[in-house]
Amino acid sequence: MATTTTAARTKVPPRRRQVGTAGVLFIAPFMALFLLLFLAPLGYAAYLSLFQEKLIGGSTFVGLDNYTTALKDPQLLKGIGRVALFFVIQVPVMLLLALCFALALDSGLLRLARVIRLGIFVPYAVPSVIATLMWGYLYGPDFGPFAQISHDLHLPAPHFLSGSWMLGSLANIVTWEFVGYNMIILYAALRTIPGELYEAAAMDGAGAWRIAWSIKLPALRPALTLTLLFSVIGSFQLFNEPSLLMKVAPDVIDSSYTANLYAYSVAFISQQTNYAATVSFILGLVIVIVSYAFLLTANRRRTA
Amino acid sequence: MSGTFSNSPSSLSRRGFLAATGAVSLGAALTACGGDSGSTSGSSSKPVGQADIDKAMKTPTQLTFWTWVPNIDKEVALFEKKYPAVKVKVVNAGQGTPQYTKLRTALKANSGAPDMVQIEFQAIPTFTITDSLLDLRPYGASALKSTFVDWTWGQVSGSKGEVWAIPQDTGPMGMLYRKDIFDRHGIQVPTTWDEFAAAARKLHKADPDVYLTNLAANQVAAWHGLLWQAGAKPYVTSGKSDITVSVDDAVSQKLGQYWGTLAKDGVIGVEPDFTDSWYAALNKGKYATWLTGAWGPAFLSGSAKATSGKWRAAPLPQWDAAKPSSGNWGGSTTAVIRSTKNPIQAAVFAQFLNSDPTSAKMFATEQFFFPATKTLLGEASFLGDAPAFYGGQKVNQVFADISAQVDPAFQWPPFLDRVATDWTETVGKSLADKTDTVRALGSWQSRITTFAKSQGFTVKGG
Repeated sequence: MATTTTAARTKVPPRRRQVGTAGVLFIAPFMALFLLLFLAPLGYAAYLSLFQEKLIGGSTFVGLDNYTTALKDPQLLKGIGRVALFFVIQVPVMLLLALCFALALDSGLLRLARVIRLGIFVPYAVPSVIATLMWGYLYGPDFGPFAQISHDLHLPAPHFLSGSWMLGSLANIVTWEFVGYNMIILYAALRTIPGELYEAAAMDGAGAWRIAWSIKLPALRPALTLTLLFSVIGSFQLFNEPSLLMKVAPDVIDSSYTANLYAYSVAFISQQTNYAATVSFILGLVIVIVSYAFLLTANRRRTA
Repeated sequence: MSGTFSNSPSSLSRRGFLAATGAVSLGAALTACGGDSGSTSGSSSKPVGQADIDKAMKTPTQLTFWTWVPNIDKEVALFEKKYPAVKVKVVNAGQGTPQYTKLRTALKANSGAPDMVQIEFQAIPTFTITDSLLDLRPYGASALKSTFVDWTWGQVSGSKGEVWAIPQDTGPMGMLYRKDIFDRHGIQVPTTWDEFAAAARKLHKADPDVYLTNLAANQVAAWHGLLWQAGAKPYVTSGKSDITVSVDDAVSQKLGQYWGTLAKDGVIGVEPDFTDSWYAALNKGKYATWLTGAWGPAFLSGSAKATSGKWRAAPLPQWDAAKPSSGNWGGSTTAVIRSTKNPIQAAVFAQFLNSDPTSAKMFATEQFFFPATKTLLGEASFLGDAPAFYGGQKVNQVFADISAQVDPAFQWPPFLDRVATDWTETVGKSLADKTDTVRALGSWQSRITTFAKSQGFTVKGG
């Protein structure tokens, strides 16, 4: 007994140590990159956000002044409000479309399913800059195709780039870009559902709608949560699309149209890097809070 | 033709800025920008002796030059031929604002900045305020004063006589117009702004699809050119931290009233320029004139090919026909970054590139730049050029005459990017939305004032 226990005792620690070193070695590249490319810049940005630099007078430590300014900054709050509105309208539409496409493809009833799948996914492969330039041209009030058609029909041209339409026009571009991407995630999740479940359901007399509602949708919940989470982050960071459309509609999209655009213009137009760091932090915080709230409700529903 | 395009300051920079925004990661950029430059090193203004210059030019040196001028290698090769020991690496770091953004980042990081840099006239003060440019006087730049058109020298000179850059090309403003459209509607080429306004109303009434001109609601550079012509002094800096801002004074209000009314009455276009739609509009004859810099003729002949032979050039309409004047839109210079380890070679390069007769001429013939040197502006072969696009008119002659009428005293603010954005969001917006432009001038004024104060400036004027 005594010998076995000591043997066991002497045996276990070295093995654990081995695992430990191997583990450390495995995660070391990640940790190094994480520290270098994520935590260090984040820490530095946090440090910067505590200062204020002026063209005349240089840099001074101001503590949390930038944060109190930012929380009362109407331009920032308006930008955040605008992306929140964008999120509330665009994301449900996009995810519902993605869900419909995924279910349709998974049903096996579509002809040319591969071509359709690729067709819906292709816009995601188009860089968002190019996609926006393309849509910007399509939206054109004089020589864009929609305007031309209306002109030929003697109808007033639609004002896609006017103040009241702009958010919708942006939502359309983003939806066009990301429906395919979300569809692929949902479709992949559907493919993991074992076929036996469908057979069992069919034996119990469930039709296609019933199977979709009672088997496919519940199984999709984690994937939907994931796509929703990506959409939260994507919406609140909205940048490329408005910054490019700003060129064709400078009277509608100003430099604080979205919170991220505001951070950019504060940094590179006003050259207030410190305040830009603050704005970025607050935007990051908003994203964390919204994401966390979604995860919490999603989890609660799943456990309930 | 994209070469001449690079001379249109704000349009160009905005396009570049937009292209770059996709690539710039904000977080990374922020952290890179954070360092305190504190570069106090630099040259004294004591002249450098000819012996030192000769010695330096024979020392093997590698210089880096940031520029967006296409095919500038040809001009650089001339320099390298004359000074075989000095090698120049040409880097395209973006056009206009994207390049300035990269440069500011490099300057703050104290690493990666070039020795020489392409810089537009209006951007010079935004770099002298941060002490980033080298005063070129000790390297013999003052001797070049008479080489260049007077007003360009005013643009590159500091308040204490410093020479911050060497002019490369310019953009005195004139009017390109569609002779065929004018003829069809019996419109005389307007010589005063009153005639111009009358023509705008007449033309649009005769053909609702055609406008006399387009004043782009995002083109602050054109607005500045028109302010310049009208004799405005919107920004006057004295000392380092004193600035007088008067973008809302009587002259500006006259301009605001004039253009605001034309825009509100819908007899001129206000669409953003250098967009697909705008190019299409020029090709399809939606606009009968383009008020533009001297780089405009070459640019237009490349981008509105469909209208060849129909265009002509004329001076801008005048406020006071007895005292013809013009402003400038575009043009750029070569400056030397203060942190360079080889100030002599870099300064000699900047001077050679733009003042050597062969090199300067090459800019006019290869890149179709509008010259900044007096010699070229008086040269028969340049003035005699009669492109078919303008029906054989001697367009260069028209703009060379205009160049002599540009006021040398116009100044730029040390935070131009912010001023430009604020213009688009106030005055430009009022033009596009057909609201009160004169009132928008007030908002522009107060936005600039607030910003300048927050940056530690003492602001006067109004």
